[in-house]
Amino acid sequence: MDTEFWVIQVFNGISYGALLFLLAGGLSLIFGVMRIVNLSHGSYFMLGGYVALTVIWTTDLWVLSIPLAALTIAMVGLIMERVFLRPLGFDPLRQVLMTVGFAFLFQQGALDIWGGDSLDITPPEVLTESVVIADVYFPLYRVFMIAVAVAIGVTIWLTMEKTRMGAMVRAAVDDSEMARGVGVDTSRVSMFIFALGAFLAALGGVIGGAFLGVYPGLDFEILPIAFAVVIIGGMGSLGGAAVGSLIVGLADNFGKALFPEISYFTLYAPMVLILALKPTGLFGRE
Amino acid sequence: MSEKTKIIIVAAVLVALLAVTPFANSFVILLITQALIFAILAMSLDILLGFTGLPSLGQAAYLGVGAYLTAILATNYQFGLDGSFWVVIVLGMMLGAVTAAFFGLFAIRATGVYFLMITLALGQCVWGLAYRWNSLTGGDNGINMPGRPEFGIDLADDLTFFYVVFGFFVATLVVLHLLVKSPFGRSLVGIRESELRMRILGYNTWLHKYIAFIIAGGFGGLAGVLWAFLNGLVSPEDVILTTSVDALLMVVLGGPGTLVGATIGAGVVVFLREYLSTLVTWWQYVLGGVYVLTILYLPGGLMGIPERIRQRRTLSAAAERAKAVSASQ
Repeated sequence: MDTEFWVIQVFNGISYGALLFLLAGGLSLIFGVMRIVNLSHGSYFMLGGYVALTVIWTTDLWVLSIPLAALTIAMVGLIMERVFLRPLGFDPLRQVLMTVGFAFLFQQGALDIWGGDSLDITPPEVLTESVVIADVYFPLYRVFMIAVAVAIGVTIWLTMEKTRMGAMVRAAVDDSEMARGVGVDTSRVSMFIFALGAFLAALGGVIGGAFLGVYPGLDFEILPIAFAVVIIGGMGSLGGAAVGSLIVGLADNFGKALFPEISYFTLYAPMVLILALKPTGLFGRE
Repeated sequence: MSEKTKIIIVAAVLVALLAVTPFANSFVILLITQALIFAILAMSLDILLGFTGLPSLGQAAYLGVGAYLTAILATNYQFGLDGSFWVVIVLGMMLGAVTAAFFGLFAIRATGVYFLMITLALGQCVWGLAYRWNSLTGGDNGINMPGRPEFGIDLADDLTFFYVVFGFFVATLVVLHLLVKSPFGRSLVGIRESELRMRILGYNTWLHKYIAFIIAGGFGGLAGVLWAFLNGLVSPEDVILTTSVDALLMVVLGGPGTLVGATIGAGVVVFLREYLSTLVTWWQYVLGGVYVLTILYLPGGLMGIPERIRQRRTLSAAAERAKAVSASQ
């Protein structure tokens, strides 16, 4: 194991982490604002990939598929939140079962529409090349993934810190009752956050579709990993989600490379430890 | 309905099941056996969810350790394929309980959403080991069982195996029923209703929850041993998240806090997954629909329906009376 091995593994870990950030950033915000354990979040990721494929098949435009898929799934999330989750009130168990029911419905729907084969999203040719730095090959697509995650992360961070809407979201995360008391429409904040979460997950699905593929079962495969990110980083904290994504991305890569037999264990055991020692995650607040 | 009538009804239904099953075809016998095994798992979860108020999202882990123990003993050591079957049953329950005792150290402190998350993470740890620890678990392919035990009676016969599973099911039902009726069981319900009050009354609520967690793990392990022998294959599929979620649905659908409800729920879910899926390709719509509709319209589960009908009747009778009174005035 020389330097090259470490450089490549770190780079792969970071780029996988970038993808996880897209998936889990929204989940973390949803959890922070609404305390919902959303088990259909993996479905948004999978459906994002499938919708993007349809857009690519019909228009042949990869660039167009990203916003279209993300917006479509954001609408799905918005409807789900308004019609089904909002009337439930706060009851974690019922929310879990409700969202898992939807995950099954989405799974069957996807199977009926797109079939059972594993599909691939082919990115434009430019992104399939590699850059060579000091004799190490860096696939451009992974660089692109990191760039997208950073751009999205910075945008959301600025929105949270600088705008009125962002301030409302932060207020709802910190103390939703108090926020309601001073006139923040927390119901609308929840709707916005849920749609944003679905949007980001679908975006992740499109971008991840090029190297994970899009197939039935992807939803439940990716979901626990998203939860690991959220738990480790701290629920409701965007910065936490970013750090959590990096940790999980790196742990996953090095776990698979160094200790393949217990690689998933090395992913979930830290999650257990953090939950047991500091239930609010590394960066979450009480 | 008095407690006694309820017990008589349950006993009558069980006797009827025992009498009818031999006449069913072999596929149905396997289906009923599977439903009984998952009923054991669902009842073990009900002790946590229904009686103690702990929504565990990782109950499949105990099914998994029981099943993998059985498979590893059977394939590597040819152990458990004769009279030692009974030893494997005990070992499976013990391993389930020990795993729960270890996991409980992390999980019991947490409440509500955090309990859900930490049990999910613990369940995923078990899945991760099952999926990747190739040399022990066979990885993705799982482990094929060499067959069912034979000791005077041959469990390879599906009907004989059904009788054995039926026996374990009834034993579990009786033991857990006695448990929830015992002072210990009442203290669990007290914790569910108000943990703070129980603590003020001087109960060590952490210990009570911890013991309930271990008992649930033990019976989960029992279900795992039986499942390994029934299915003939133990794979990571048995410990995935959806198995744990299914177990939760069984309890909630049947009616949390009623062991019979968990059994009915197990029957419905197994029927949907195993039988309906052989008939139609769109069975997952039904399964997903059952999830959503249960949550929207059946907060007390199937066992809560009679109560709701009674309430509605009382309400409409009261409305009638009010109407009559206002008409006479």
